[in-house]
Amino acid sequence: MRYLLLIFMACTSFTALAHKPSDSYLAMSVDGNEIRGHWDIALRDLEYALGLDANDDGQIIWRELRQRQAAVFAYAFNRLEITADQQHCALQPLTMMVDEHSDGRYAVLNFQAACRPGVKQLEIGYQLFFDLDPQHRGLLTIHNGTYTGTSIFSPAQPQQTFALNSVSHPGRELLNFAYEGVWHIWQGFDHILFLLSLLLPAALYHEHDEWRAKQNHILVFWDALQVVTAFTLAHSITLSLTALQYIALPSRWVESAIAASVICAALNNIYPVLSRHRTWLAFGFGLIHGMGIASVLLDMGLPASQRVLSLLGFNLGVEAGQLLIVAAALPLIVVFSRSRYYPALVLKLGSASIAMIALVWLVERSLDFQIKIG
Amino acid sequence: MRYLIRLLLLVYATIPQLGHALAYLPQSDDQVLETLPVRDKNWLEVKALRDKVAAAPNDLTAALQLVKHYIALGRAESDPRYYGYAEAVLSPWLNVAYPNAEVLTLRATLYQNRHEFPAALDYLNQALTRQPRQAQAWLTRAIIQEVQGQYGAALKSCMPLVKLASALTANVCINSTLSLSGQIDTAYRQLDQALQLAAAEPLADRQWALITLAEIAERKGDPVAAGQHYRQALQIAQRNGYLLATYADFLLDHQHYAQVVALLNNDIRADTLLLRLTLAEQALGLPEANQHIEMLKARFAASRMRGDSVHQGDEARFMLHVLHTPGPALALALSNWAVQREPRDTRIVLEAALAAGRIDTSVQPTLAFLAQSGLQDARLQPLIARCQGDQS
Repeated sequence: MRYLLLIFMACTSFTALAHKPSDSYLAMSVDGNEIRGHWDIALRDLEYALGLDANDDGQIIWRELRQRQAAVFAYAFNRLEITADQQHCALQPLTMMVDEHSDGRYAVLNFQAACRPGVKQLEIGYQLFFDLDPQHRGLLTIHNGTYTGTSIFSPAQPQQTFALNSVSHPGRELLNFAYEGVWHIWQGFDHILFLLSLLLPAALYHEHDEWRAKQNHILVFWDALQVVTAFTLAHSITLSLTALQYIALPSRWVESAIAASVICAALNNIYPVLSRHRTWLAFGFGLIHGMGIASVLLDMGLPASQRVLSLLGFNLGVEAGQLLIVAAALPLIVVFSRSRYYPALVLKLGSASIAMIALVWLVERSLDFQIKIG
Repeated sequence: MRYLIRLLLLVYATIPQLGHALAYLPQSDDQVLETLPVRDKNWLEVKALRDKVAAAPNDLTAALQLVKHYIALGRAESDPRYYGYAEAVLSPWLNVAYPNAEVLTLRATLYQNRHEFPAALDYLNQALTRQPRQAQAWLTRAIIQEVQGQYGAALKSCMPLVKLASALTANVCINSTLSLSGQIDTAYRQLDQALQLAAAEPLADRQWALITLAEIAERKGDPVAAGQHYRQALQIAQRNGYLLATYADFLLDHQHYAQVVALLNNDIRADTLLLRLTLAEQALGLPEANQHIEMLKARFAASRMRGDSVHQGDEARFMLHVLHTPGPALALALSNWAVQREPRDTRIVLEAALAAGRIDTSVQPTLAFLAQSGLQDARLQPLIARCQGDQS
């Protein structure tokens, strides 16, 4: 009798929506015959299965997790099977890390798997926690070149098969990456704003504390060409070096430096210190922007077999996207710079707005916190 | 200049998307990564039972005890993981040739928690064929039928409880149904009397009766009595996620936002409670609201990713009252209403439809259901009147 009403309460409709149910997140990227991946598993679930809380104080600390690293990997790998064309791929543990999801912290199991070369079909068998909690789900994301697939494992659906189009056309790959490049530059407002800050005074020259319009269009074009070329050259260099993993700086520094560069470029339009040296400004800061642009390429996972090709495609895409922006902005700048309000209204006020936005970025990125506006 | 303003707006709109979490190595060995559920008496009991079941896998009594403990924990903490654990312990006993009636009833309860009502009713009917004196099966069946809006059938399922269960249990079941089908004053009086005679009943049962009474009073339009019953229910020292959520809704309806924040005490683990906390914080203009809105977005996205639809009623409220998007809110509310028809499910359909300006064929079934069932609810009456005004 004691349970009768207890269960009554459990039943009512909306208690069912509650804590998030148990999920794990499995991400893999296939590169030739090598698979790299990370598997995020909730610490609460690992605790239930393995008992991580060694001193039983109701808290899992990093030491407790770290000391059980081997056991965690073994437990998880026993419940994940990757086969390529019916041949077992050996799973190899890499480092264990920690990440936050919407419902708490997860252990991140980094791993790699070596399969037979020339894989055409990948089969993944997933059994994690199904014996302990049939409501557990495994959410899989699989990257293969520019293809991304997702899938859900459940006790009713523990096996998934993926056909890998191992024969990829170099031309299509190049185009795919070029498309990503264009897309990235249009989404990266910081790069656009930087470029815009450099272009805003392209049709003017600064003399006796005053901005004057250049009369010669060739000179304007020449100025813009120099600035854009310097920026492009510089960021191509660091983009390539970063994407090929010759250099690696913490993304927080790079992102903060990019924000700072936008502020400098914008302030230079209001207080022209380097008005004659904008080309060098473009080059210097271009080096930093390149590392930022590379981050998206790193996130996508560059297939080793065609690194140079995808890098080339991506870079060409970035340049194309940038040139489109310049082509759209420059004529407007030339036309409007004839107005006598241009220096005050567009150049100074515009640059001030840009500097403000970049300042918000700088604070957010350097202090790693978000300012909510609107 | 306009171009720049638009650019600015565009930039601001993208700001929240810039930061995303990355895996990291904790800085120190002693960094606390996760705080586990409270290790109280309840937890120790569960742990002992878990060991017992592991040691003696053929002991049905121990297994069923563990299942019930998990379900009770799931209720108290509003944590679906416990229902999953219960399912795992139960499933070997379902695979035998003639499953026991109690096993079937508990399986039905788990289906019901996921709002898979047809499957739950199927198991309950099997259980009752096997053991017609299974009180829990009658009660669970009555609740499902009530949630589905089949008040006549629910009342029939309650009747056997008069003989099979305590007077209080039978009274909660019967009067809860009556209160929804046109006899709200009688139901309130009867349940109030039954409670006064039930001083010796278990605390959890009394708590439930008080919550039901409070909900009936709210529907009657008597907020003073409702508030009193809710507070009496809260005085019973037994954590109850449902009580916290309904009482929070009551406080929100009467604009006692600060009390909601105090009541929920930053309890953000359960999505139901997080939603109510966020609504209160938003009304008070507290800075925490933004962070909690992002958190809810992520949780609703995660549950959509795994293909769950249990949360649609609350997600509809989130879409309408937090994000102010009546179109998607109405779609979610209707899809939720197709499964369950409690007053709160009906309410969000009407609110979303009114906000979206769409009192058309999509809400006709809801309005027809209200007219036919004789449901009385002071919170719904003004909405119904507005819908009829919009229609004519």
